[in-house]
Parts: sequence; C-alpha cells; structure tokens
Amino acid sequence: MNRDLRDIAIDNSDEIIQAWLKEINKLKGVNYTEDISTELYDSNNQEFVNVIFHSIRGNGSTRIIKDFSDRIIQLGWPLSYIIDGLLVFRKVSVNSILTNLEEIDGESTNEIIRNVDSWVEPIIRQLVNEYSVSWEQVVSLQRIALQELSAPLIPVMDNITIMPLIGTIDTERAKFIMENLLEGVMRHNAEVVLIDITGVPVVDTMVAHHLFQATEAVRLLGAKCILVGIRPEIAQTIVNLGINFSNLPTKSTLKKGFMLALEITNKSIIETDNKSESIEDLLGIDKGVKEGRENTNLKTT
Amino acid sequence: MSSQSFVTILKEWDIVAARQMGREIAKQLGFGTVDQARITTAISELARNIYLYAGEGQISFEVVESLEQKGIKIVATDSGPGIQDLSLVMQDGYTTSGGLGAGLPGVRRLMDEFDMESEVGQGTRIVTTKWVR
Repeated sequence: MNRDLRDIAIDNSDEIIQAWLKEINKLKGVNYTEDISTELYDSNNQEFVNVIFHSIRGNGSTRIIKDFSDRIIQLGWPLSYIIDGLLVFRKVSVNSILTNLEEIDGESTNEIIRNVDSWVEPIIRQLVNEYSVSWEQVVSLQRIALQELSAPLIPVMDNITIMPLIGTIDTERAKFIMENLLEGVMRHNAEVVLIDITGVPVVDTMVAHHLFQATEAVRLLGAKCILVGIRPEIAQTIVNLGINFSNLPTKSTLKKGFMLALEITNKSIIETDNKSESIEDLLGIDKGVKEGRENTNLKTT
Repeated sequence: MSSQSFVTILKEWDIVAARQMGREIAKQLGFGTVDQARITTAISELARNIYLYAGEGQISFEVVESLEQKGIKIVATDSGPGIQDLSLVMQDGYTTSGGLGAGLPGVRRLMDEFDMESEVGQGTRIVTTKWVR
C-alpha cells in the first residue's frame, strides 16, 4: 500500500505539479511574496516542487533540501512561502491520489493522508529548522556587533579620553562600560575621561547608579570623570528624581567638557598668527616649505 | 473615553519596550519633550522595580480624558513579595538592592498623581497619572 501510494504520486507528478503551481500562484498576494517578480516566482516554484518530489523519491534524502533551503534563505524568501507551499502540496497530492485510486473507502482516505503527511512533514521540519538556525545566527552575530559598539573608548589626546554612549544602558552594558573605562584609563594613561551621554535616551536611577559606580572606580585609579551631553530634559528629570550629581563634574556639551579637561590637564588651545591660506597647507601636504606652520598649535604650559 | 494597552515585564529588555510604548502614547497625547522624558523615566523606574523585586508583572497605559484635561495613566501591577512599609519606600535614599533609593519617590515627583497599594505576599499595584498641561 505504502509503496503504491508513493508510485501513484510520482506517476501523476505532472498533474500534481500543475495543480500545485496553479494554487501557489493564487497565494502570491497573501504570503508576503508580492514584491517578487513573476519570472523569479515561477522559476522558484518550479524548483521548489522539484525539490519536494526529489525528496519523496529519495525517501528522506536531506541533501537536496539543505541546498535548496540554503539558497532561498540567502535570497530572503519568507518562511510563510515555504509553509504555504508545502500545505498546498499536501492538499493537492491527496486530491490527486484520491482521483487516481480505483477503489476508495474511508480507510484508504485516512491512509493517503497519513502517507502524504509522512512525506511532507520531514521537509517542513527541516526547512523550519534551517530557517530558525539562520535567524539565531543573525541574532548572535548582531549581539556581538552590538557588544563591540557598546562602550567605545577614544583617546583624543595625551591623558584625555572620551567614551561616547549611544542607546539604552542595561545591566550587562553597564558592566561593559565599567570594564572598558577602567581598562582604557590604564592603557591610555588617561588623566581625564569624558563620558558623553547625548545618545542615551533615558537616565533613570539605575543608569545614574551605574555611572556613579563607574566614575567612582575611575577616581580610585587616580583619574577624573566628566559627564557631558546632558540634555535639558534629562537635567530636569534628574532633578525630579532627586539624584545628587554634585560629586561628578558635568557639562552640557562635549565641547565644554573638553575645555574643562584641557584645563585640568594644564593644556590650552592657542591660535597661531600665521594663518594657512589653503587646504593643502592645513593638511600639510606641501610639507617641505610649510614646516612649522599649523593653524592651531597645541601648547603645554 | 479611554484606550488601554500593556507590556508584560519579564526580561530586562521588556523595560525598554514599556518605555517605548509609553513614550509613543505620550507623544501622541501632545506632551512636550520634557514631560515625555519624565514619563519615560517614571515608566523605567516602575518597570525596573517589577523586574528587580517581583520578577514578573505588567505595565499598562491608559489614556484618560475628562472635559478639562487629558493625560496618561500608568498602572504597574505585580504579584511579587509586596512592600511591608509603604512610607519607608517613599523615603529618598531607602533601598534594599544597593541602588540609589530614588525610584519610587522620584516617580511621585515626576508624575502628577501617585497612588500605591501593596500587600505582603500578594503583590503591589501602583497607579500614576500625568496630565497634559
């Protein structure tokens, strides 16, 4: 019986394929594939149905499904297309076998459905699995990428380092900030660290608490923290919350914070008299002649 | 007239989801940027309390409208351990988790109306409202 049904399906594959293609084309509008060109859609359908039949003939061969899924995942076909396709295939092939079977009773219908299910289910399982594996991979890669961006430390000058923070701070990130800050202070031999919170959307008690801890740790290493980039609405919220920031020097902008940092490290920016005329001079491309001519000169007093 | 929506707090990132939903509603109601920041921060505190102390709970938002004014009502509910001494947690600087202890008193100052009921072993329910000025 089992063998027979498979043979019937394979013998009538042309009919099943035709019926399937007709059904699947009706679904184009509803399963998120309307952006795909008709030619591509048709050729992919053709390939998909061939893969299904290959799998039925090969009696559970997974190799061909794997190749197919790798390709469509890479091309970004929605999972709903695959699921719809297989459900339609199930319906169409059950119908086709029913019409081609000479004697039909209630028992044989059940038998057919069970058989078709046993061909389709492994394909669904494998394809869904391939999809979810690829999603998990993307998520974990993005997690790593996000982690790399979460607490960058930029040494701008001798003894002055900046940490720009952008986005939400959670406990995990707060830990990273602390670690990077302390490690960076040691590595760059920083005297002043500017923490820029312009890009932090919400400063609640937890964020404030973590900032306090980080700055206190930096203080223990002998360096100084300046908190910059406090927007007016954040300032009001902090006051309402009743958080005391008086132990931590703060400035509204990075620029002002940097000036303070220069002051602390006994540096100043002075303008020199001989202004450079052209961009080439500024960039110092014509080095031989313009030696010692710089627009702004950094002087340690 | 009112419309309601809620966020379930289970993971730390749910706090961000609650915050974003609250900010969106506040923006639609016509709150200014400062009040938006206040409301989001208050939501952040309430959601974090749920995450830290109860483990699981809900933040729900309601748009409340009367003839004179409209506003956003935030309800934080959990079935956590509850709070033994309500007046103690409303004191600045009181904390059991090593934090700043500014959360709940801060929320009361950030919002216009604040009401809290809690039963030990039963859970906590905090209702707080901010009116559009």
